[in-house]
Amino acid sequence: MKLNEKEVEILEILQKDARFEAADIAKMTGLAVTEVADTIRRLEEEKVIVHYATLVDWAKMDNFTGVTAMIDVKVTPKRGVGFDEVAERIYRFKEVSSVYLMSGVYDLSVTVEGKSMNEIARFVSEKLSTLDSVVSTTTHFQLKKYKHDGMIYTSKQQDNRIVVSP
Amino acid sequence: MTVTKSYIAKSVENMRPSGIRKFFDLAATMEGVVSLGVGEPDFVTTWSVREAAISSLERGFTSYTANAGLIELRREIAHYMESRFRVRYSPQNEIIVTVGASQAIDIAMRAITDPGDEIIVVEPCFVSYAPLVELAGGKAVTIGTTGETGFKLQPEQFEAAITSKTKALLLCYPNNPTGTQLNKEDLQLIADIVKKHDLLVIADEIYAELAYDQDHTSIASLEGMRERTILINGFSKGFAMTGWRLGFTCAPVKISSAMLKIHQYAMMCASTPAQYGAIEALQNGMTDVESMKKDYRRRRNYIVQSFNELGLDCHLPGGAFYVFPSIQSTGLTSEQFAEQLLLEEKVAVVPGSVFGKGGEGYIRCSYASSMAQLQEAIKRIGQFIDKRQMN
Repeated sequence: MKLNEKEVEILEILQKDARFEAADIAKMTGLAVTEVADTIRRLEEEKVIVHYATLVDWAKMDNFTGVTAMIDVKVTPKRGVGFDEVAERIYRFKEVSSVYLMSGVYDLSVTVEGKSMNEIARFVSEKLSTLDSVVSTTTHFQLKKYKHDGMIYTSKQQDNRIVVSP
Repeated sequence: MTVTKSYIAKSVENMRPSGIRKFFDLAATMEGVVSLGVGEPDFVTTWSVREAAISSLERGFTSYTANAGLIELRREIAHYMESRFRVRYSPQNEIIVTVGASQAIDIAMRAITDPGDEIIVVEPCFVSYAPLVELAGGKAVTIGTTGETGFKLQPEQFEAAITSKTKALLLCYPNNPTGTQLNKEDLQLIADIVKKHDLLVIADEIYAELAYDQDHTSIASLEGMRERTILINGFSKGFAMTGWRLGFTCAPVKISSAMLKIHQYAMMCASTPAQYGAIEALQNGMTDVESMKKDYRRRRNYIVQSFNELGLDCHLPGGAFYVFPSIQSTGLTSEQFAEQLLLEEKVAVVPGSVFGKGGEGYIRCSYASSMAQLQEAIKRIGQFIDKRQMN
């Protein structure tokens, strides 16, 4: 799909902050509000805009026990469907938040979110490694989230500029 | 024995304090101020640049550099100026790395000014030009541009200000405070007059990198102008490095040697870690500059349209990160407007009048702030104006 300059501009703005309203984006780009709204709707329909979500720092919540693991998965690709079939079998699990096909020593990078380490351990041993095509798994648990999707979670950055300057 | 006289030089005693100071003092005491009064980027310097400076310290590069600056940096500057603005200067003897563009202006003034020489200063402009001319022993002849011409210097008004004592024209485009840009045709008309009267141009192009609709044209790139131009540029604005205090001059050998004499006695050299950071900025920092520019452009479009919707006439400036809306429809002076706005709605702007002739009736608003801050500021300015329309 060929995107024009205006569409790219709108996507870049929304990618930074999905909460900008069409009226603001219109002012930022010099386009008419209706044109912005129509473009966004079209990009949504065409699934160029996949979804809007909120980045939450759950670690801020007291007693939060949730864990995230990144699992390196080696698989045997199948004739005709390559890695797609096994990838699909994996990403359909609701515990799985992302799946990427990787270059290098393993094939799929799978991110799994669970309420506890036990839950993830159970998922890996019962669901993931028992799949026919899966040859091996290596599970890494995340200890702390510093930066995610371009946002620094631990940022202490503040505006240090003097209030008025020439 | 008691002190019976003032030790302060007359020239300094007579110098008027910067009008910005007053607003700074007022705003600094208040909580919850949304500031559109800041003359510097809201971006923090790119990490790779900061990292390069840290690494230079770790490696122990803490001594002086050559007076004119690290030769590697001067080579990068020469390459940058040629590729971005099509002007060629020798890194060996035509480029001087300075402590910010401010020091660059100072050495330029001092290098060319004899007592009584007149320097034409185009206002509204950065607050330090006229004082620096006077400190150098010259006379600042100010001319004011107007909103009707989009704050572009008009060739006729420039020519009318020239006398037998005129030595140079000091230009700043893209302009602080108006954001106005001069295109090649505008500059050609100015350059023709400069050549006709055998004058010099000091071109403060510190905002050259921040041009949004068409690329900046340097006056030194016009035919016959290189030999009569001192270019001033730096890292503060485009590369978001204000606190590093790093600028530079580009000028023909003879003028450069004169400026270097002053620089070596008064400054020795610019800060060494900052120079290492700047090398990294020029070698690998351009993608970050482009991404900051995209953000500035969106904010500019947003704020200009918002001001016009509020009934404050605002032209779309081509560069820098300032807009200069007219507040004449409110019936207030620019100082009254700025003061009342700060006290009532806690939004800091700078009255246009502090930037000299032509600035009265306007306010300078910097859009080097997050969109959220700009939206809040526009909301508050809207309330401020609504209140006045009801009375």
